[in-house]
Amino acid sequence: MLGPQKQSIVEDTFSSPGATTQGRSLMQNAWLRLMRNRAAVVSLFVLGLLILLAFAGPYFIPYNYEDPDWAAFRMPPSIESGHYMGTDQNGRDLFARILYGTRVSLAVALVATLVSVFIGVTFGAVAGYIGGRVDQAMMRFVDIMYALPYILFVILLMVIFGRNVYLLFAAIGALEWLTMARIVRGQTLSIKQREYIEAARASGQGTFAIIFKHIIPNLAGPVVIYAALTVPEIIVTESFLSYLGFGVQEPLTSLGTLIADGASVFEVLPWLLWFPATFLVLLLLSLLFIGDGLRDAFDPKER
Amino acid sequence: MLNYAFKRLITTIPVVWIAITVCFFILRLAPGGPFDGERPLPEAVKRNLAAFYNLDKPLVEQYLIYVGNVLRGDLGPSFVTQDFTVAEQIAIGLPYTIIVGGLAFALAIIAGVLCGIFGALKRNQLPDFVLGGIILSGLVLPNFLLAPVFQLIFGLELNWLPVGGWGDGSIRYLILPVCVLALPHIARISRLMRGSMIEVLGTNFIRTARSKGLNDTPVVWRHALKPALTPVVSYLGPAAGYLLTGSLVVETIFGIPGIGRYFINAALNRDYGMVLGTVIFYMVLIIVLNLIVDVIYAWLDPRVRSQ
Repeated sequence: MLGPQKQSIVEDTFSSPGATTQGRSLMQNAWLRLMRNRAAVVSLFVLGLLILLAFAGPYFIPYNYEDPDWAAFRMPPSIESGHYMGTDQNGRDLFARILYGTRVSLAVALVATLVSVFIGVTFGAVAGYIGGRVDQAMMRFVDIMYALPYILFVILLMVIFGRNVYLLFAAIGALEWLTMARIVRGQTLSIKQREYIEAARASGQGTFAIIFKHIIPNLAGPVVIYAALTVPEIIVTESFLSYLGFGVQEPLTSLGTLIADGASVFEVLPWLLWFPATFLVLLLLSLLFIGDGLRDAFDPKER
Repeated sequence: MLNYAFKRLITTIPVVWIAITVCFFILRLAPGGPFDGERPLPEAVKRNLAAFYNLDKPLVEQYLIYVGNVLRGDLGPSFVTQDFTVAEQIAIGLPYTIIVGGLAFALAIIAGVLCGIFGALKRNQLPDFVLGGIILSGLVLPNFLLAPVFQLIFGLELNWLPVGGWGDGSIRYLILPVCVLALPHIARISRLMRGSMIEVLGTNFIRTARSKGLNDTPVVWRHALKPALTPVVSYLGPAAGYLLTGSLVVETIFGIPGIGRYFINAALNRDYGMVLGTVIFYMVLIIVLNLIVDVIYAWLDPRVRSQ
């Protein structure tokens, strides 16, 4: 969760009506502005590179993330041996493990973000469009959820149902939708005053048809921004849980698990901490800049 | 004001009740009981254990007994650590958690507000850019990464501070954990403070104050500070929650015997009674902190009160 400040930024960005310009569509315009943001372009490039490495890299290195190299235990990084980032105490190639861990972290982030977008958008749009008592009850529920230390619930779920990766995806996603629901509701409240919604209603379309066909497509801007800001939060949450031992289990790995393993031996085998940490920080930095760039790109105030 | 605080207090009661109920039933949904070990226990022992922990009664009755006990302030016995109730374990860990968490909270607020004001006054100058870098690093370096790095640098390389533990409880043992816990929040608070300070400094009443001939110091402290603090105060409620989450990591890494470490150990050992008790305790703590923040917020911003 990003806290109220980012939420208000996102809301401010979209609260003024008439955010579209003539000629280019909102999306095209935003894309052009994003391309002019140097930090965001570099970040997009870095992120693309990381994704490419994580998914294509394993085909180009001779080692696998779980099989030990019996000739090389605790080997420092070296070019000659082919272990570019060294090996761990069990002789497993660190580079292969990092690529695998990055893949797991990205997958968790993607799935959990999609889950949170799906729940948040549906919930927020329904609450905002129906309004009245229903809206009040639904938003009261969101307030209640906000007050709870949700990470404890994730840990609780992990304890009870065992450490299942799919459960981890679902649990993080199912708990990250609250801010999204608030933003979407706020947007829906202003969108439902527009003429085209009135026209849709006059033509006899049902409530849910209007919500899914006319309201949700017009929420794309804030949803994209907030989803981009959610991704790094989820990666941190997943790493945090893995670090504490509640996340992905051996021999599978994630960046958080690798950092936890590295941190326990970093006096003697420092590379086991530095390389995964570098990957995590690069990933978070690029996602952060892309999120900020998207927000600026969609910001009508600058126009 | 009192009226407002009371109203807020009333609305939190159903929140706590719902949360306790959800936690309780989730725990009872768990496949297997807490006493299913590697070696099966004799039937009689099992029955005695079940009777002691009320596990032999119908689920609804168990729930009513548990809620009744919680209302009386009794969180029940620990399932794993014998001879200790959950409340006793929390009481043992609480002082450590409060000292570390409280100091980190205070440090985050003071340093964050000061950095934010400084950045706003030196906007787009060198100090502001340095601050921007610090904020960015606070945002992308999670505390589980910062903690081992700090241990390595300040504990092992420079040998200035102890790597962990509580020792005699002196300030030397506190510096690293408190800094690691506070740093991300210093970053967030100073970013909020910088933004709102820049906004407030551009308003008409500040122009009036300046046109009276006041310089930076009284303008900032006497006129701009209070309105600029509102977004920071509204962040403090969530921040308390994040600090608590962070304390799980910090207490584990630095070996501080606080509640966070008890919670992690209990969760890893599947000590259901302890996990449930700790979650309830944390929840009440966070809700109370949120309540305090809301009341302060209402005091700072009269528009909230009149709603």
